[in-house]
Amino acid sequence: MTTFTRRSFGALIGATLAAPGLVRAQTAGRLVIVGGGFGGASATRFARINYPEVEVTLVEPWPTFVTCPYGNLILGGNRTLPEITHSYDGLRARGVNVVQDRAADIDPVAKTVSLESGTVLDYDKLIVSPGIGFRWDAIEGYDEAASQVFPHAWMGGDGSQITLLRQQLEAMPQGGVFGISIPGNPFRCPPGPYERISMVAQYLKQNNPTAKILAFDAKDGFSKQGLFQDAWGELYGDMIEWIPLSADGQIVRVDVENKLFISDFGEEHRVDVGNVVPPQYAASIVRDTGLANETGWVPVNARTFESAAAADVHVIGDANIASPLPKSGYVANSTSKTAVAAALADVTGPEAPSDPVYFNTCYSHGGEDYSFSVVGIYRTTDEGFVETPDSGGISPRGPLSELAENRRLESGYADAWYESITRDMFS
Amino acid sequence: MKLMRPMTFLLFAGMISSTAFAQEGAPQVALSCAGCHGQAGEGAGSIARIAGYDRDAFITVWEEFRNNERPATIMNRIAPGYTPEDVAILADYFASIE
Repeated sequence: MTTFTRRSFGALIGATLAAPGLVRAQTAGRLVIVGGGFGGASATRFARINYPEVEVTLVEPWPTFVTCPYGNLILGGNRTLPEITHSYDGLRARGVNVVQDRAADIDPVAKTVSLESGTVLDYDKLIVSPGIGFRWDAIEGYDEAASQVFPHAWMGGDGSQITLLRQQLEAMPQGGVFGISIPGNPFRCPPGPYERISMVAQYLKQNNPTAKILAFDAKDGFSKQGLFQDAWGELYGDMIEWIPLSADGQIVRVDVENKLFISDFGEEHRVDVGNVVPPQYAASIVRDTGLANETGWVPVNARTFESAAAADVHVIGDANIASPLPKSGYVANSTSKTAVAAALADVTGPEAPSDPVYFNTCYSHGGEDYSFSVVGIYRTTDEGFVETPDSGGISPRGPLSELAENRRLESGYADAWYESITRDMFS
Repeated sequence: MKLMRPMTFLLFAGMISSTAFAQEGAPQVALSCAGCHGQAGEGAGSIARIAGYDRDAFITVWEEFRNNERPATIMNRIAPGYTPEDVAILADYFASIE
């Protein structure tokens, strides 16, 4: 049995103190965590609880965290922005040093992180969970300014992108066209674009029932495809048209002035609301510092998440290369803890587990009381990550008359998942 | 980055009511249960509380999930991914939580 730690606290520490880290001397080492999302916040909370003698600093540019998961429910009308916005005060209260700043540079030899403000942080171990960057050059005409017309709504940020998309949806003319451009693999949250389509359809069905959704895809298949397409047919009739790569679905240029999506073969599609999920790579902090390879993502050790390019730097979350693990919030949470344990093994002990298990469940909402999921359990070999055979998989498919209760139950579990995982990050 | 001074920590001490469900020392195999059930097994909404679950009952229920002998949506897909040794560790861990 591999147990990380079960420390006996000194007699001076009362058993009723919930956060022993607050009063113990934190001198064993300095753990710096860059990025306060699903990977970084989970790592921070886990480190603070399990390694009270280690100083934990979290660097995050935004004052609060807006989750991408459940962002689509703002479009569908089942959530509001405050309900998916989370404070770092819970981590502060545990004794985490939360620094609101952006990491600008990493020096793995001097073992420092330079921040935009000019502050330089020393670390003994560094966890980097920076998320994604957009390849702004990948779709002609789509840059940061264009995202104010065709929102991406694919990073939480301050919530302004998902809010803008919701406002555009509300302002769309009756019978209008909602267009979405979906990238090829790999990208953050593989089922996310299709949940978005579902939630837009849910809104339109109630408010704009003659509207159409055109989904342009740069690939020929997608996550939970059968389940999504079942849901679309059952709930939204012929409102949604999915145009795969093989049917000229790849959008290569946009014209925000004339509200056009232009396909690889030059076909122009006019949209009333355009949502562009851009092609992606890892965030700039890991590309600019040589941690990412030629793919734009970061190779890591599957058991420790240590960067192949820099000792004592562990990269977790969407930025790393961990296929077949999907780039999901659950995977970032699940892997973050093992990354912390591996990083701190030679600072405080105990030894990191040699045979870690990682886990993913991704729920997607197809409509009201209609959700489904994909489950994966992953282990490691000397070559990398492997999916555990004969386990996991997707929710059952079949007629809604037989599966309505299943879909309803999964909808409730999805809500409870959101509550639990955000508690595991921020409380 | 400097450590916060001890006095500052004491000022925060009154604010830590939100720190319930901190669970130290979970075995590696149990870390991912937190995403749905909470690291202390506290559950949420319709997701079951598993803290303090009887050890033998935990193993029995798990095997029923594994063999599709129990109504389920998610756990029947999760259960086959873990060995009996894994399940024994999970059962011990969640049974140990108050």
